[in-house]
Amino acid sequence: MTVAATFEIRFTRYLQPDGREAADLPSFAADPRALVPDYRAMVFMRALDAKAVAMQRTGQIGTYASTLGKEAIDAGIGGVLRKEDVLLPSYRESGVLMLRGVSPHRTLLYWGGDERGNVFPESPRDFPFNVPIGTQLPHAAGVAYAMKLRREARVALAMCGDGATSKGDFYESLNAAGVWQLPMVVVAVNNHYAISVPRRMQSAAQTLAQKAIAAGIACEQLDGNDLIAVRDGVGRAVEKARTGGGPTLIEALTYRLSDHTTADDATRYRSAEEVAEQWKQEPILRLRSWLHAKGAWSQAEEQALAKEAAAHVQKMVQAYLETPPPGPEQMFEHLYARLPRQYAVQLAQLAEETERDVEHHAG
Amino acid sequence: MSNITLVEAINLALARAMEEDESVVVLGEDVGLNGGVFRATAGLQSRFGAERVADTPLAEGLIAGMAVGMAAEGLRPVAEIQFAGFAYATIDQLLNHAGRLRHRTQGRLSCPMVLRTPCGAGIHAPEHHSESPEAMFAHIPGIRVVYPSSPSRAYGLLLAAIQDPDPVVFLEPSRLYRRFKEEVDDDGTPLPLDKAFVVREGTDVTFVAWGAMLREALDAAEELAAEGRFAEVIDLATLKPIDFETVLASVKKTGRCVVITEAPRTCSLASEISANISEQALLSLLAPVERVTAFDCVTPMFRLEEKYMPDAARIAAAARKVMEYQ
Repeated sequence: MTVAATFEIRFTRYLQPDGREAADLPSFAADPRALVPDYRAMVFMRALDAKAVAMQRTGQIGTYASTLGKEAIDAGIGGVLRKEDVLLPSYRESGVLMLRGVSPHRTLLYWGGDERGNVFPESPRDFPFNVPIGTQLPHAAGVAYAMKLRREARVALAMCGDGATSKGDFYESLNAAGVWQLPMVVVAVNNHYAISVPRRMQSAAQTLAQKAIAAGIACEQLDGNDLIAVRDGVGRAVEKARTGGGPTLIEALTYRLSDHTTADDATRYRSAEEVAEQWKQEPILRLRSWLHAKGAWSQAEEQALAKEAAAHVQKMVQAYLETPPPGPEQMFEHLYARLPRQYAVQLAQLAEETERDVEHHAG
Repeated sequence: MSNITLVEAINLALARAMEEDESVVVLGEDVGLNGGVFRATAGLQSRFGAERVADTPLAEGLIAGMAVGMAAEGLRPVAEIQFAGFAYATIDQLLNHAGRLRHRTQGRLSCPMVLRTPCGAGIHAPEHHSESPEAMFAHIPGIRVVYPSSPSRAYGLLLAAIQDPDPVVFLEPSRLYRRFKEEVDDDGTPLPLDKAFVVREGTDVTFVAWGAMLREALDAAEELAAEGRFAEVIDLATLKPIDFETVLASVKKTGRCVVITEAPRTCSLASEISANISEQALLSLLAPVERVTAFDCVTPMFRLEEKYMPDAARIAAAARKVMEYQ
C-alpha cells in the first residue's frame, strides 16, 4: 500500500487563558491599543446578553439564545468583515450583527417575537437570523457564487454551530464552495454542545475543521476564546477568499457558558465543575488580562466602560419597548412583492376579527 | 413562429430570458454540457458559458439553497431538479427560506428564483421518477406553483416565472415533453401567473385540470361531445394562487364540476378546489363536485402506472356520474 493523501490541521492560539502570550503576535496586535475597540465591543455584547436573559425571565421577550462565552468570535469576525461583505448568521450571532452596524434593539425585537428584528437597515445585504440548523450554508454558497460571477472582491461569511457540522447542508455547501473555489468562509463555532448533545456525540472526527478536507478546501482550528487568534485566522481566510484564493472552513473552539436558550436547563446534562473550569478560559477576562499587562487598559477605563455599556443597554431596551407592536396585517405584508388578489378574503377576515376585538375591549 | 414540443419551448424560454437579462443563471445536475437529462437546457452552456449554465454537485438541497442565496444577492437563478421525486429534499429550503425570506426581512431581501422539475407519470421511468407532488408545494406560503400543459403555455409561463419577483416552483409534465407540437412565437411575451385558461367551452359540466391531465380532460370532453354532452375544460396553469374567479364563473354556468389531478387524492389540490366550490357556489351546483385523482398509493412502478393515473375514461365516467346525479 502507498499513501494516497495526508493531511494536518493547524491550531492557532496567541493568548493563554491568563492573558500571557503563547506565540509571537501578528502585526495587527503590535499596538495593544488597536484592540481596545474589540474589547469594548465584547463588553457591550456581554452586557446586552445579560439584559436579554433578564428580560426573558421577566417576560419582556420570548425565548432567547445567549451569546455568553463567544464574544471573541463575534468581535473578531465583526472586526475583519467589510461593509460590502455578506454575513450569514445562525440564531446566536447578535454580537457580530452589532458590529455590522445593526442596532441591538433588533435582537430584542427578534426574540421578542417581531419580524422587524430581521430588518437590518445598517447592513442590508446580510442574511437574517437563521434558526433551522445549517440551512444558511447553501445560501452562503449561492451568495458567494453571485459575487464570483460578477467578479466582485466580496466575501460571504457563514456561521454555524458544532451541531450543524453533522448536517448534509454543511458538507454540501463546503463541497460546492470547493468545486467553484467560491469566496466563502464558514466559521463553525464549536461551543461543545448542541443543546444537550456533547461534541463527541456529533462526530468521531478528531476535529470539525478536518471535515473541509473531504471537500478539498482549506481549513484550520483556532482558539475561539482568543480574540487575537480569531482576528488572525478569520482575517486570513477572508482576505484569501477576497483575492480569489477560495473558501476556508474555520473551527473556532469555545464553550457555551449559558444554557442553550432560556428554555433550556444545562444542569440536566453537564456538571457545575465542568462549567467552572470553562469560566477560567473565557474570552473577555483573557483579553483584559493581556491589555492590562501591556498597560493598554486601566481600571478607570474599565469602570467607565461598565457605566457606558449599562447606559447603552438601557437605550436599546428603551428602543425595543418603544417600538409599537406590529399590526395583525403584518402577517400579509411582504409575503409577496404584490399580494395576489386571492388573499383579499383572508385579509378581510383578519380585519373583521381585529375590529371585533377592538370593540370587545372597548365595550 | 416555430412548431415545437413542450421541452423545446422550455429551452426557447430559457434562452430568451438569458439573452434579455444577464442576471438569469441556470443551475442543476447535468444541465451544462449534457443539456439536462430531458435536454431542456440543451445548447445553453455553449451559448452563455459555464458560469451562467452551471453543472452542480449532486445535491438537491444544495441546489435549492444556493438558488435562495443567488436570488437574495441579485441573480435570477433557474434551478433544475432532475425529477420531481428528488425535489422533496428542496422543500426544507422552499418552505423555511425561499417562501419567507421577503416576509421575514420585511422586504429587505427577496427571492426571485425558479425551481423547475419534470413531474408526473406516464413515461415508463424507474421508481421515484413519476411523482406528482404539486400539492406539497402549493401548501407553502410565499411561493407560486405553475404547471403548464402545452408548448405555448410552457413558453409564456416560464418567462413569467423567471421575471416574477418571488419564488416559483415550475412543474413540467414530462409525459408531454415530446407528445405534441404547437406553434410558438418566440416574442418574449409572458403569460399571467394568476390566470386559468378556458381551453374548451361547454355548457353541461366543468373540467378543471392541469399539466398532463389537461390532455386527458380534453379527450374526455371529446368523448362526451359524441354523446351530446358538452364539457367546459379549464387549464388551471397556476396552482398557487388559484384563479378561482375563472373556475367559479364556469361552475356557476354549468352547475357541475369534475376536478382532475394525477396526484393522490387525500389533501390534493382537487380537494382544495372542491372545497372552494362548495363554499362559494353551493347554490349553483346541480351535483356534488367530483374528484378524479390517482389513488392514495405509492406511485407504482411503471407496469401499473396506466392503472394508477386518471385517464379520459375515468374522467368521462365521473362526468356521467355528476350529470346523472339526482
